Amino acid sequence: MFSRIRALIVKELLAILRDKKSRFVLIVPPLIQLFVFSFAATQEAKNQTLAVLNLDEGKPALTLEQNFAAAATFSKVLHLRGAAEVKPVIDEQQAIAVLWIPEDFSRNIEHGRPAEVGFILDGRKTNTAGIVQGYAQRIVNNYQASLAAGGQSTGAQLVVRNWFNPNLDFKWYTVPSLVCILTTLISLLVTSLSVAREREMGTFDQLLVSPLHPLEILVGKAVPALIIAMIEGTFMVLAAVFLMRVPLNGSLPLLYASMAVFLLAIIGVGLFISSLSMTQQQAILGAFVFMVPAIILSGFASPIENMPPWLQTITLGNPLRYFMTIVRGIFLKDIGAVLVWRQTWPMAIIAAVTLSTATWLFKKRME
Amino acid sequence: MEHAPVAIQGLSYTFGNNQPPALDNLSAVIRPGAVTGLVGPDGAGKTTLIRLMAGLFLPGGGTLNIFGLDTRTETTRLHRIIGYMPQKFGLYEDLSVMQNLRLYADLQGVTGAARQQVFQRLLSFTGLAPFQNRLAGRLSGGMKQKLGLACALIRKPRLLLLDEPSVGVDPVSRRELWRMVQELVNEEMAVIWSTAYLDEAEQCDEVLLLNEGKLMFAGPPRELTQRVTGRCFQIRNIAGNRRRVLANALQREEVQDGIIQGANVRIVLRVDRSQPDLAALSAGPEARLVPVAPRFEDAFVDILGGGPGGISVLAASMSQIEDYGQITVEAQGLTKRFGDFTAAQDITFAIRRGEIFGLLGPNGAGKSTTFKMMCGLLRPSAGIGKVVGLDLQKAPGQARSRLGYMAQKFSLYGDLSARQNLEFFSGVYGLAGARQKEIVGRMIDIFNLTPHLKVAAKELPLGFKQRLALSCAVMHEPAVLFLDEPTSGVDPLTRREFWTHINGLVERGVTVMVTTHFMDEAEYCDRIGLIYRGQMIATGTPDELKGRTESDRLPDPTLEDAFIELLHQWDDKTREAA
Repeated sequence: MFSRIRALIVKELLAILRDKKSRFVLIVPPLIQLFVFSFAATQEAKNQTLAVLNLDEGKPALTLEQNFAAAATFSKVLHLRGAAEVKPVIDEQQAIAVLWIPEDFSRNIEHGRPAEVGFILDGRKTNTAGIVQGYAQRIVNNYQASLAAGGQSTGAQLVVRNWFNPNLDFKWYTVPSLVCILTTLISLLVTSLSVAREREMGTFDQLLVSPLHPLEILVGKAVPALIIAMIEGTFMVLAAVFLMRVPLNGSLPLLYASMAVFLLAIIGVGLFISSLSMTQQQAILGAFVFMVPAIILSGFASPIENMPPWLQTITLGNPLRYFMTIVRGIFLKDIGAVLVWRQTWPMAIIAAVTLSTATWLFKKRME
Repeated sequence: MEHAPVAIQGLSYTFGNNQPPALDNLSAVIRPGAVTGLVGPDGAGKTTLIRLMAGLFLPGGGTLNIFGLDTRTETTRLHRIIGYMPQKFGLYEDLSVMQNLRLYADLQGVTGAARQQVFQRLLSFTGLAPFQNRLAGRLSGGMKQKLGLACALIRKPRLLLLDEPSVGVDPVSRRELWRMVQELVNEEMAVIWSTAYLDEAEQCDEVLLLNEGKLMFAGPPRELTQRVTGRCFQIRNIAGNRRRVLANALQREEVQDGIIQGANVRIVLRVDRSQPDLAALSAGPEARLVPVAPRFEDAFVDILGGGPGGISVLAASMSQIEDYGQITVEAQGLTKRFGDFTAAQDITFAIRRGEIFGLLGPNGAGKSTTFKMMCGLLRPSAGIGKVVGLDLQKAPGQARSRLGYMAQKFSLYGDLSARQNLEFFSGVYGLAGARQKEIVGRMIDIFNLTPHLKVAAKELPLGFKQRLALSCAVMHEPAVLFLDEPTSGVDPLTRREFWTHINGLVERGVTVMVTTHFMDEAEYCDRIGLIYRGQMIATGTPDELKGRTESDRLPDPTLEDAFIELLHQWDDKTREAA
């Protein structure tokens, strides 16, 4: 039995590695995604333009304006001359925001009265606007604090320190997630395409008439995908550490052990798609039908806590959710075995379910 | 001067730089008012030539004129006068017959009143009128081809190009298609019909015979056939084993080619040689040598320098298959239902050890369903399929390890090298270690695969692919061999070599079950089961089936005649019963 499965695994690996197109699929898209995600899909707001409408001549107003201009976020500052210019500047997207300092600002500050400034954001760029708003809040807070320090009253001061990613470098967040996303992509494609490809070429019947048991065929399809995805995952880890300079604080054995469980769950899904699809085209479509919601519900782009409760319940069945947590935890936090195990056992259950469903369907489809 | 429909001058075409030419310096003229057969095995260059004529490829060298139009420069005008039906005609399976016709009429700009007339004419011509509203995907293979033909005819082309219209089409539909095309031809119109079936070539008015990109012959098929006149014989009344007689005959120097035809052996002698001594062939005391009419295929093999010898090194290297009793393959009341539809009903037969059993039948009649149930690819709804006494459902692994399987398009792993394919297939059949090495090595020696070991299987020449596929199927010395249209589209020499091996294996006690549309292949069978409308309507030796349909109208039926006649008889009988 083992020699039969070994023959199958060797064949599967050879078939993938000797085929130019499969080699391409294994190497090029992950590279592209690595670079695209790391550099383009950033959630920081940099190189933004700020427009300032300062109607106040006083010193406090000027200091505030300078504080804004000095912020790294704003590389360019436009000075507006009148309220009439505010609307066009936003409309034409010349600036992400307008800082509007009314004429009584300095006077109010000096008299210890509450002083207001306006901050108008371009809501069309929701994400950037939100981030810029946060920056603005911080600048204003700092300004207030400096006023308080210089003055008599000492107000409470908020000291912010970001743990695990002190500089809030976005790459630290994205790149480890890619280990999760790209291994998903690869294992899903390799498994879902393999049976469909054999169906198209007519070799599948040849396998079915051989003494191989359906279970052996499935193992022969799952193991090569596991091997390839693990290798691919290793490349991603290496790229993260050496190319993107993301620290790897946690334990590698834990990362690999949980990766194997995670991949088995995904491979189960891949095999399921595989036994459903007659052509490679259907298989790719099927893979993406799973892939896109799985990534969105993984907490990669938006926190799961922000989703409506019923959707949060659904994410419990998404293996990416758990592995995403593990990968980030191991990279940035050095989480221990207990925490990893807490995220791993749900994946083990999911793997058991997907693999056995795939086996059941595979056997059923043979009739 | 009137231009010829097709004038080819020194035409060459090559795919890619390192490839051998797909067409090599071809010159020919095709005349109007005739069906010109473009004949040759797969990979001979037939499709390439047709695509060149349709202006889809441009000549690499030489010129190609269609009614005086140069395909290089006058493509637009060219497209208006040709009708082209590619191998897989682009029918939209989710559209009905009528919708497909309308679509193609729109594409070809046939509109207005003319359009309805054209549709009426084509529907009645193809006999598709009752099926106008049926989805194209639900048509049988033969009907699809007819619809494809209708779509190609919408604009009354002057040159009709048909690329292998009869592939995968059963003999009944093949005949109808052929008759339809015959009706079309007139002085205005030329038809080119490409085919890998050499027996179709014989019916063409003219033939272009291609092999490996070279034009071997151009002219009326009779002209080619003449070269073997007086050299064709049948050995009849064979008392002993006819397979052994054939093997012996093929080993004789004076015999250049031979095949089995039912109970007889057909041989072609080399030029100016005396007839072989029948006693030396161990054909039995009653055996006679009867001169028969030459066939196109005999002549083709003759041009290629004769067929292979009669000894199978493969069979010689195999051990005798152990005796599993008299019956090695058995179907008991096999039934397969898909929903309401019964694809196969109560099919029962038994195949003896060392027997070749052929399953024949029109498309969609249940032949493939039965075949698949017998090799364990489909689970029967009722009934039992047994191989070497083992129930395929109860002991699938054990039963499967005793059977070998080879499908139509040689299901090898195209990206794997020849050696990797051998290693894989021996591996899944449980061969390992020294024994595996020894067997793989033996296959490589037997089939001279050494120079091709590193080449990906898909790059192998067709003949080698066939050999590799056969060795992959028999490495584990199966007791039963299942063959699914094993030699469709291959050249006659490769086919002969293949059957030499199969005959040799049968001598070793291997039982063979084969499905085929190919009457030549069916003639090799000891017995044939004819499947029609899900039932086994007749079984018997090829000669018995022919005998059963002998009548005044058909004094000497071919196997194809018998096939069609038996279907008709069945239809008549069921109509009476109803």
